[in-house]
Amino acid sequence: MSKQPYLHIPRPTARPGEAPDFSYLNLSPAGAVERPPIDARAGEIEYLALGLVRVLDDDHVAQGPWDPNLDKDTLVRALRLMVLTRAYDDRMQRMQRQGKITFYMQALGEEAVSIGQGLAFEDGDMMFPAYRNQGLYIMRDTGLVEMMCQCLSNSRDMCKGRQMPIFYQNAKKNLFTISGNLATQYPHAVGWAMGAAIKGEPNIAASWVGDGSTAEADFHYALTFAAVYNAPVILNVTNNQWAISTFQGFAGGDRRPFAARGLGLGMPGIRVDGNDLLAVYAATRWAADRARNQGGPTLIELVTYRGGAHSTSDDPSRYRPKDEWSSFPLGDPVDRLKQHLVKLGHWSEEEQTSLEEEMKATVSEAWKEAVSYGTLTEPPFLDVSLMFEDVFAEMPDHLARQREKLLRMRGERS
Amino acid sequence: MIEAIRSAHDVMLERDPSVVALGQDIGYFGGVFRCTDGLQEKYGEHRVIDAPIAEGGIIGVAIGLGVNGLRPVAEIQFADYIYPGFDQIVSELSRLRYRSAGEFFSPVVIRTPCGGGIRGGQTHSQSPEGIFTHISGVKTVMVSNPYDAKGLLISAIESNDPIIFFEPKRIYNGPFDGDPDKPAVSWASHPRGEVPEGYYTVPLDKAEIVQSGEDLTIITYGTIVHVAQAAAKAAGVSAEIIDVRTLMPLDIETLRESVNKTGRCMVAHEATRFCGYGAELVATVQKECFWHLEAPISRVTGWDTPYPHAFEWEYFPVQRRLVDGIRKLMEVA
Repeated sequence: MSKQPYLHIPRPTARPGEAPDFSYLNLSPAGAVERPPIDARAGEIEYLALGLVRVLDDDHVAQGPWDPNLDKDTLVRALRLMVLTRAYDDRMQRMQRQGKITFYMQALGEEAVSIGQGLAFEDGDMMFPAYRNQGLYIMRDTGLVEMMCQCLSNSRDMCKGRQMPIFYQNAKKNLFTISGNLATQYPHAVGWAMGAAIKGEPNIAASWVGDGSTAEADFHYALTFAAVYNAPVILNVTNNQWAISTFQGFAGGDRRPFAARGLGLGMPGIRVDGNDLLAVYAATRWAADRARNQGGPTLIELVTYRGGAHSTSDDPSRYRPKDEWSSFPLGDPVDRLKQHLVKLGHWSEEEQTSLEEEMKATVSEAWKEAVSYGTLTEPPFLDVSLMFEDVFAEMPDHLARQREKLLRMRGERS
Repeated sequence: MIEAIRSAHDVMLERDPSVVALGQDIGYFGGVFRCTDGLQEKYGEHRVIDAPIAEGGIIGVAIGLGVNGLRPVAEIQFADYIYPGFDQIVSELSRLRYRSAGEFFSPVVIRTPCGGGIRGGQTHSQSPEGIFTHISGVKTVMVSNPYDAKGLLISAIESNDPIIFFEPKRIYNGPFDGDPDKPAVSWASHPRGEVPEGYYTVPLDKAEIVQSGEDLTIITYGTIVHVAQAAAKAAGVSAEIIDVRTLMPLDIETLRESVNKTGRCMVAHEATRFCGYGAELVATVQKECFWHLEAPISRVTGWDTPYPHAFEWEYFPVQRRLVDGIRKLMEVA
């Protein structure tokens, strides 16, 4: 007797009105996963992709072989950067709601991904971020004012008015231009890393996608090329459980962890607690050291939770329980690092409160300056003729003619 | 023309250490059409790189190589297989410079054999140039002879803009006059068959007047340049034949001067007609030359069907169809 054909449609464990249920998340205790040497053979360390690398335990104490033993200054710096990212996001989210900018995307709840990983790289390493990696731009000193001017498309906009908010770039600091097309940056990072190896230069590349985007062809192209050429690259999957309204099961996440996607290619994967800054840093540092020593690529899955909406155009209360984030077993990355610092005797609740106030004020000051350079609706405006520049290295005749025509129509040419 | 393309690679790999080539079968084997024959042996496997069968990956990785300061020349084995990389071309390669206000760009050249006449059926015969000329931010080239192929490819590799470089495979080994019953001829006796050794360039924004004439202008490119020459001769007309060469940006000046002189214009290409590149040529000539036109502008193209295997010579704009078109155009009083 055979079973009836039946099409499986993945379903999240809880929808609005139901109790959050994270029983599907496979958690290892802090300190439980072994840390192999960086030259371990890929076939011998497949367990890294299936467990969960964690350093901070439930009492906020660092445990086990992945403890990176970061000093107080580094830990405080990481906390400051995460609090700054959250303050920046909070302000920009509200500015969108007030109609000052057209769109925004918060990294709420996943700040440790950009900050923890960012700390593990060298300045010369090239980052190919996704759209929720604003923390990388913040920590590499892009400047809040510059980032705000981008979101405002004002006269100081780094993109000269050509991009929606949040699509930053910073060539000087080795931060690539963000794309709205998902996962396209993944093969770029692999190509960049191949180029570094061809030139014999020591720097590595890194890129990020979300759990949903692992379904894109570019994700798989990138893994194949990275593995085939043993490229010095770190490919990261920020698994924040939700791709707009579809939970990570729609990208196959409830079949096997995303970190295991490279195992068939002989590429190591590490599944890491993405809300544990120490674990995020340690895993990334391990992969970076491996890549720098001809060890090739690593795929890192950062298990976290998207605390906010997908974007300002989204309303998550329509598809997931309102209290899901507060039930997330890996907690809040900012709170966990703060608690750890408190536990070490390096920090206090008072210092945390004053840090949050300080960052709020910093962001406020930056906003005041940014809007002084204009907004989409208030001068000073960008010169409209910029629309025709940078399509090519030099402007071809047909674009020059179109620019003249537009300027004539606007009465700016006779 | 294969030797010319190989030579352009050779010259640039020699001159500029940042030039790298990548594609399926291009390394050890030298390419299925032999366009990179011997180059891996000469320059090493880090400069002439065999790639996995993943066109989207080849183009995406080439973009990354370019962002890291290299000058990648990517081969897509057949234009018919370029589509997995289409998103990387349209959404990334073409717009990196624009969206980053000039902070980033990637000078990728994508070479790809195109066109029919080799019994390749619908998966080895397509002419998709019109899909690429529609994209802002890439330049599109189609070559028609060995001299241009080498000079244009060197210009393309040196350019800081992304370039889609089409090589009509029917004329890899010799010109084709559009009569499939005639024996194949080599490039040896063709005036543009001789290719100088070493470095030279052909500009990326200039059409070429292949032959001067008084009665009508035929605007074309790729294989049909040769078909048009034979057809004009067979029809007994004095045709001015323009090889567009660089489809985007288009050399409007050369078209305008010619059609204003002859007063009649035919546009011919292998690709399908509807929204094809010829439509842009017709619109341009109409705007630029309207008061000099003595007849409606005509088009001879592939039919609006997929490219068939059995009916290759009924589909292809063969010499006979161009002769018919020329006669009809000349009959308009």
